[in-house]
Amino acid sequence: MKDFASLFTALDATTKTSAKLTALTDYFRTAPEPDRVWAAGLLSGRRPKRTVNATELRDWAAEAAGIPLWLFEESYAVAGDLAETIALVLPPAQNPQPAGLSDTLRLLTALAGRPAEERRAAILALWDQLDGAERFLFTKLITGGFRMGVSQGLMTRALAQATGVEEATLAHRLMGDWNPATTRFADLISEGDGSSAQPYPFALAAPLEDGPETLGPATDWRAEWKWDGIRGQLIHRPGAFALWSRGEELITDRFPEFATLADFLPPGTVIDGEVLAWDSTANRPLPFADLQKRIGRTTVPKKLLAEAPARMLAYDLLEAEGADLRAAPYDERRARLAALITALPAGLPLALSPALPFGDWPDLTAQRAEARAAMAEGVMLKRATSAYHVGRKRGDWWKWKLDPWSVDAVMIYAQAGHGRRANLFTDFTFAVRAGNELLPFTKAYSGLTDAEFTEITRWVGKNTLERFGPVRRVKPELVFEIAFEGIQESPRHKSGIALRFPRMARWRRDKSVDDIDTIDGLRDLLRVARG
Amino acid sequence: MTRAPVLTFTDRGIYCPDGDFHIDPWRPVARALITHGHSDHARWGHGKYLCTHQALPVIRHRLGDITASGIAYGEARRIGSVTVSFHPAGHVPGSAQIRIERAGEVWVVSGDYKVEPDGLAEAFEPIRCHTFITECTFGLPVFRWQPQAQVMAEISAWWAANAAEGRISVLAGYSFGKAQRLIAGVAPQGPILTHGAVEEINQILRAQGYALPATTRVTAEVSAKSHPGALVIAPPSALGTPWLRRFGQPDEAFASGWMALRGIRRRRGLGNGFVVSDHADWQGLNDAISATGCESVFATHGYTTPFRRWLEEQGYNAGIVSTEYGEEAEETAEVTEP
Repeated sequence: MKDFASLFTALDATTKTSAKLTALTDYFRTAPEPDRVWAAGLLSGRRPKRTVNATELRDWAAEAAGIPLWLFEESYAVAGDLAETIALVLPPAQNPQPAGLSDTLRLLTALAGRPAEERRAAILALWDQLDGAERFLFTKLITGGFRMGVSQGLMTRALAQATGVEEATLAHRLMGDWNPATTRFADLISEGDGSSAQPYPFALAAPLEDGPETLGPATDWRAEWKWDGIRGQLIHRPGAFALWSRGEELITDRFPEFATLADFLPPGTVIDGEVLAWDSTANRPLPFADLQKRIGRTTVPKKLLAEAPARMLAYDLLEAEGADLRAAPYDERRARLAALITALPAGLPLALSPALPFGDWPDLTAQRAEARAAMAEGVMLKRATSAYHVGRKRGDWWKWKLDPWSVDAVMIYAQAGHGRRANLFTDFTFAVRAGNELLPFTKAYSGLTDAEFTEITRWVGKNTLERFGPVRRVKPELVFEIAFEGIQESPRHKSGIALRFPRMARWRRDKSVDDIDTIDGLRDLLRVARG
Repeated sequence: MTRAPVLTFTDRGIYCPDGDFHIDPWRPVARALITHGHSDHARWGHGKYLCTHQALPVIRHRLGDITASGIAYGEARRIGSVTVSFHPAGHVPGSAQIRIERAGEVWVVSGDYKVEPDGLAEAFEPIRCHTFITECTFGLPVFRWQPQAQVMAEISAWWAANAAEGRISVLAGYSFGKAQRLIAGVAPQGPILTHGAVEEINQILRAQGYALPATTRVTAEVSAKSHPGALVIAPPSALGTPWLRRFGQPDEAFASGWMALRGIRRRRGLGNGFVVSDHADWQGLNDAISATGCESVFATHGYTTPFRRWLEEQGYNAGIVSTEYGEEAEETAEVTEP
């Protein structure tokens, strides 16, 4: 754990990419091989099986620290991170022991299914062997939510520098559902045999902040709708059929309607597309809320399959007849994709995401304005000659979303944030006017600067009306412009609506609670959204 | 007839009716007893000031033309019908707890304090009392300081590593107290440069006889070239300002008890936070309170609500005093309120 803790401390101490890269590369050169595998796993979002829950951790830590649970909770509210709180309140380690990352994780995962008393004794013993950053990291590995301020791309680059294996090859190898506990380092960094269901890294687009005129001649570009669903990669290789989400989650079983595609797509085919809930009567996507009902369900009831059938709209062809097409120009990949899909029989849940032909930029601008009517979020722009890049590479792919909607609302509850924002009030609940009442309708916690959060935190201290644990009810006085991407009906919320991606666009110091919007205004937007 | 308590809590500050004086008041009063020279405790505008001889020079420097007199540590003085005396609080040079005795009943106002001797400030002395008015800036069990020697060794190693790379080290700390403690505590290994605000206090304390190593005020001629590998001691407000440009690309760090929390360290955008506090940590607060043998405790600034509950569970009569301490002007105050 010591080497890993040193790596963590080095990464935490800098915001400079070059310094992070150096620290990571050193680790991948010098750490024991099983530890390298785990580090690569952890930094690509994998985590050890959870064998202890948060409640148990709290109870055991408070007891070992000799403090009542309520005081532990108060401390947690201030530190903002469970693992950090535990590491700090426990007495200094009495029995410090050197232990490797993979060894520690093996001990941890071996606790699965053991009786509580045995797990408690094991965790207390480990806490007593580790100090400072090591104890914090060990606990963080149990609680999950593990972040080290390192992107997967940067980790991959470091691994490439340390091993001499090409970065793109490693990026591909690190995809999918490999298990760090059972993977050997040599296997992790070797070329795959091409027969597995391993996905390619997704190509990502950057947001287009300025108009498209900045991109040069319109003829160099291709446009299509930016759908609001789940980005997915459909793989059919000999002996393997899989659907991966962009989060590298295997979601094949959640969308059983796609299984039939294995009979029709030739083996050696990989398609990048968007999974959407489909309204076959209107021949357009259902709202995201309908697709949401299917996310997180591993088995799908028949009723839901009928109400919200899934369809994939294909964007791109990454592999055909077993050959990697990613380096080919977009136009060529697109032509092959169109040919492939045209040759399929009718009635399959796979279609081409239609191209949006346009003559010039004003033409496309006009088409983009109609995105909501098409149930899209905006348009995608892809350079006709572009390769299918690994990750986000600026310049060739752009997402040009519609301007968000916004309402002015008043803050009525505030709660302290976590992590970097521990000790600052950053999580707010907002209300609009409903007759003479204030009706809470959304939460938001991003969009302001640290300086603004600090100022608001001082204000909250002086304007608290009531406390409910960590939550403060505050004077309805501060007005914010809340921006959001979509609006849906939601019987679960008191207001009857739910927003998609709400955030604070601006603190409206110029407005008072008398100037905020009304629930009727929001309901009007809901009608627009439903088309 | 029930007498008024020895001390009462007013909107001007802590007040002693039988002595007709306030302690560390935050609005102008006729007679103020001051625990130490930090700006949230020693404010401008009072009629008469009384503080320790050791605290007086800094307070005069900061407040200018005031009517003030000094008192020795431990010296008993009759004011009205009470007897007051000042005792070391270990917070900063000259800092004191104030003891008030009335007919055998003893109250102590801690001001700010820390229990571990830092080698510069007069070391904290526990004072027996019936009622203790304590700060609790770091009154939660997540705050646990390492021994000073260990933190100073870490700071010295950080400075040495930067110097070896040819980089300047900039360490931020409150300009009165923390800065001098850092200067006195770090292992000598090169030039120590000081921001003007720090150097002014250094000169006052040196003249009083506090043992501080030589330091050089940063002037127009001072730069990374003239003092390679130097350690710069500056107030927190100097971090991230153009004032630091003369030092090329220095490594900046902050010395504060708040650096114990990773979230705060990261929000400051600082790679290195050294946990050095002039306040007592959780254990220190509990030990100090226990050593007074008191029955009643009032918590002033800090995590007052949970701290009070904790004390009640430990068997004390505990209360909270609402004060305006805890926002020292130089610090960009973090939220310390629970």
